[in-house]
Amino acid sequence: MSGPVIKCENVYKIFGANAEKMLKDSNGNVDAKTFQENGCIVGVNNASFEVAKGEMLVVMGLSGSGKSTLLRCISRLTDATGGKIFIEGQDLLQLNNKDLIDLRRNKMGMVFQSFALLPHKTVVENIAFPLQIKGVKTEDSIGKAMDMVKLVGLDGRENYFPRELSGGQQQRVGIARSLAVEPDIWFLDEPFSALDPLIRKEMQDEFLRLQEKLQKTIMFITHDFDEALKLADRIAIMKDGIIEQLDTPANIVLNPATEYVRKFTEEVPREKVLLIEDIMDKTKDNLGDLKVSKDEIIENVAEKILTQEKSVAVIDNDNNIIGSINPAKIINTVFGGRKNNI
Amino acid sequence: MEFFKKYPKTFQWLFLLVVFFSLCFAIEVPETYKFIRGQAEFVKDPNQSSYVFLGKEVRYYAFDVFWRLPPLLGWLPIWINDSLFFLMNEWMPIEVWNEDTQEYKSRPLVLQISRNITAFMTFLIQLIREVLLGGLETIVAFTSWDWIDKNPWAELPGLPWTIVAAGAALLSYKLSGKGLALFAGLTMVYISIFGQWKPSMQTLSFILVAAPLSFIFGLGLGIAAFKSKRVEKALYPILLVMQTMPQYAVLVPALVLFGVGDHAAVIITMVVAVPPMILLTILGLRAVPPEVIEAGRMSGCNNFQLMFKVLIPTARRDILIGVNQVIMVCFSMAVISAFIGAKGLGFNLLLALNQLNIGLALEAGLCISLIAILLDKMSLAWANKQEDYFGNLTFFERNKNLLFFAATVVIGLILAYIGTFLFKDTFNYLFEIPHNKGISTADFWNKGVDWIFETFFVYIKAFNTWLIKEVLQPMRALYLRMPAIATIVLVVGAGYLIGGIRSALVVCGLTLFIALSPWWDRALVTTYMATFGVIVSCTIGFTVGTLCFQNKHSANFMLGVCDIFQTFPSFVYLIPVMMLFGITDTSVLIAVIVYATIPATRYTIEGLRSVPAGLHDAATMSGVNKFQRLTKIEFPLAFPHMMLGINQTIVFALFMVIIGAFIGTEDLGQYILKALSDKKGAGIGLTLGICVAFIALIFDNLIRAYVQKRKKHLGID
Repeated sequence: MSGPVIKCENVYKIFGANAEKMLKDSNGNVDAKTFQENGCIVGVNNASFEVAKGEMLVVMGLSGSGKSTLLRCISRLTDATGGKIFIEGQDLLQLNNKDLIDLRRNKMGMVFQSFALLPHKTVVENIAFPLQIKGVKTEDSIGKAMDMVKLVGLDGRENYFPRELSGGQQQRVGIARSLAVEPDIWFLDEPFSALDPLIRKEMQDEFLRLQEKLQKTIMFITHDFDEALKLADRIAIMKDGIIEQLDTPANIVLNPATEYVRKFTEEVPREKVLLIEDIMDKTKDNLGDLKVSKDEIIENVAEKILTQEKSVAVIDNDNNIIGSINPAKIINTVFGGRKNNI
Repeated sequence: MEFFKKYPKTFQWLFLLVVFFSLCFAIEVPETYKFIRGQAEFVKDPNQSSYVFLGKEVRYYAFDVFWRLPPLLGWLPIWINDSLFFLMNEWMPIEVWNEDTQEYKSRPLVLQISRNITAFMTFLIQLIREVLLGGLETIVAFTSWDWIDKNPWAELPGLPWTIVAAGAALLSYKLSGKGLALFAGLTMVYISIFGQWKPSMQTLSFILVAAPLSFIFGLGLGIAAFKSKRVEKALYPILLVMQTMPQYAVLVPALVLFGVGDHAAVIITMVVAVPPMILLTILGLRAVPPEVIEAGRMSGCNNFQLMFKVLIPTARRDILIGVNQVIMVCFSMAVISAFIGAKGLGFNLLLALNQLNIGLALEAGLCISLIAILLDKMSLAWANKQEDYFGNLTFFERNKNLLFFAATVVIGLILAYIGTFLFKDTFNYLFEIPHNKGISTADFWNKGVDWIFETFFVYIKAFNTWLIKEVLQPMRALYLRMPAIATIVLVVGAGYLIGGIRSALVVCGLTLFIALSPWWDRALVTTYMATFGVIVSCTIGFTVGTLCFQNKHSANFMLGVCDIFQTFPSFVYLIPVMMLFGITDTSVLIAVIVYATIPATRYTIEGLRSVPAGLHDAATMSGVNKFQRLTKIEFPLAFPHMMLGINQTIVFALFMVIIGAFIGTEDLGQYILKALSDKKGAGIGLTLGICVAFIALIFDNLIRAYVQKRKKHLGID
């Protein structure tokens, strides 16, 4: 299928009694303050973006920034106040209840911060739940659920109840459940925020492994900037309902669009985020023997480059030299001033 | 003056009290005023005034409006009565086919509906009763008397008591374990051996019909209220009044609508038991985390699937606690509804109390309490039980309880069969031990009571006289001495000071309703008895609760005791007090005190427990001793919760005061009891019930407003 999987056009979500009327009057120029004075709270303010097939968009923001609200608009757990949302070209807000349920049963999966497992069902029954709701026969659904149990590495625990599992294990169940119907679109709402740091890192790696295998279209919500950098193809940074910047991790670190975004990027270790491509020079003279791929993360090749005296050649996927990089540049990137270097 | 500036509230309260007392002294007692006893109100007296409203004549003794308001709502009971009568006998006649005379007959709609409900309920009760005790009416209902005459084998034989006992033990074992199973078995054996089997099973069959029906209705209405704000808003005031309405009061309208008998009792029990079920259903559904609901939606649930596969299973525990509540209400109603002809233990209990046969009453009371405790524990165990996974067990393991039960049925039947040979000339004791053929301890208890009376009569009498003369009479006189206007000013003023203008208006409305009804004096007597009970109960409850709290084990023990006492049907409390104090106000008040001390104690312990552990440590590290910690930290923080305990205490006390009418009081309860035997009692009973409910709601409103404010102030919640 061509075209974006998820497409938002000027999406607004405003809470309050006469939100719709106020939005109409404001002509799309929503000022949170005046709205608040009139008893309305702005959740999402004019969000427009697209997510391509197989892409992972991470929405990052602090609590109250409207990131979860945005996700709920796109999964239509709440109805957006204004704007248009297209899922694979279908106008989401025009769907009737039956079509919406169909869409969720076949195309969408969602993972929740608090796991949201059903306490009265075992692991395997929880995972089979969306299938059984769909009307799949019990045997088939349990069989499919067992595959999922294996996929997330919970074999041997399939007959446990959620209360008998640790947080990390519970979230594995949540992930398995959301994948049971083999959805194309995967929503994750702060899935790892309730876990402690060690488990969180483990789960992130596990998640990346899964995504490599499954290649879903993903919207991932987090309040952790490092997590966003680690996982994302593109990051949307939200504040007070507005998307401040939507770009690749490297571009966000290199060219923060607003002061707010810049504050986040200040402490970020660049060598872990930036690729060689992002800092290379276009000159191709005076090269040494070593060649590095443009897609390498700086950290992984820094040591090699620093041992060289000459500039190092940067190659693309077809082994063509497209630029160069010298050790001074690496040093400058890693240790240099963080305001306006490069 | 500095003092008042610093504590403006104190000043306001003082001002209110000054106004109240000056009103009390300014308004003289009218010379013609006397507390009207008993029948006097119904006698036509030339001194009475009267007015006509909506075509109803209301007669009353007129006083200065400041002293007592005229009963402007006096037409209400008459009007309710007439409307009920009209509904039952005249409204919307429909044609009904009559089987016997083979012709159509005209009958009012409501009467027909009531007949149908009655038939349905009677059938259900009869069915269960005959399964447990045997009989043939259910079979007849499906066939005919002729058929049963020809086929006498079809008569239900009833279950031998051994099977019921074993079944109860097995079920208890499955739900909770050995301890409860043993208790269940012993209870059943006790009931049987002491010859209470038949009435017990009658009571049980009544509960087995009333409880599930209440559950279904409560759950349904709870779901409706959860789904629609409008339904909730409509239900809420009804629930509030129903929760505080004395159970006597609902008996009277039921009597008019459904007549006398077990079916009416079941219906009335449902009316009382459904409200707590609704509340707990709403509470449980509300407590389901929003993310679980979202997870259900994202799994593609439609509304029906979301409710029955996600919401209700997740709220399972709260809903089952609701079932527990329903069962408890059913038991207390099992006794009270004996007034309108429910058979069983309750009826025997009432009869025995009426004849002052304390021994018999005690036996029936003990049985009903034992069954109540058993069902209470079983339903709680069910609520707290975590499901186990059965998917990978063998057929035998999965169904072993069923198999065991099947085995006991066979053994029970064989035993009963053997019994027919063993006890050829007498009753088959292995099948059913008839009433009055079991062991009876009644004589023993009666002798005991006599002995206590003879031995301690002097002291009890002295205490009784002292209490009535020195405490109760003056207190009652004080309450009656309050001019109506002064009382209203005091209550409304308190409402304003505690909860602001809104609270004041609500309280004012509630008080005015009582003041404008013909029973203001009676309401004052009810309030005086309740006040006395509450003061003593709270003193005892706070003291005992605080003392028990000092040690973890004693606290747990006390909570357990409270649990068990709370399970007793309220009527049972009257037995021991009548044993000791005979038929006096003292008896009622002591029953009130015992009954109302339960919530006072429980909430004190729970309140003290709710003080966060972190604060304990912080206090200890600041070097407080135990007493300082109690007074400076624990009491202030636990106070809001303890106030809720007082709220409960008031409701409990009012309930018991009303039930005490059975012994003989001169308050609202007595009038409700009288309305039961009055042809035109429905309106009176209902209005009186609302009056009692409103007394409770006045205090409820004030206390809740205070607690909310206090909690906000302390930042807990």
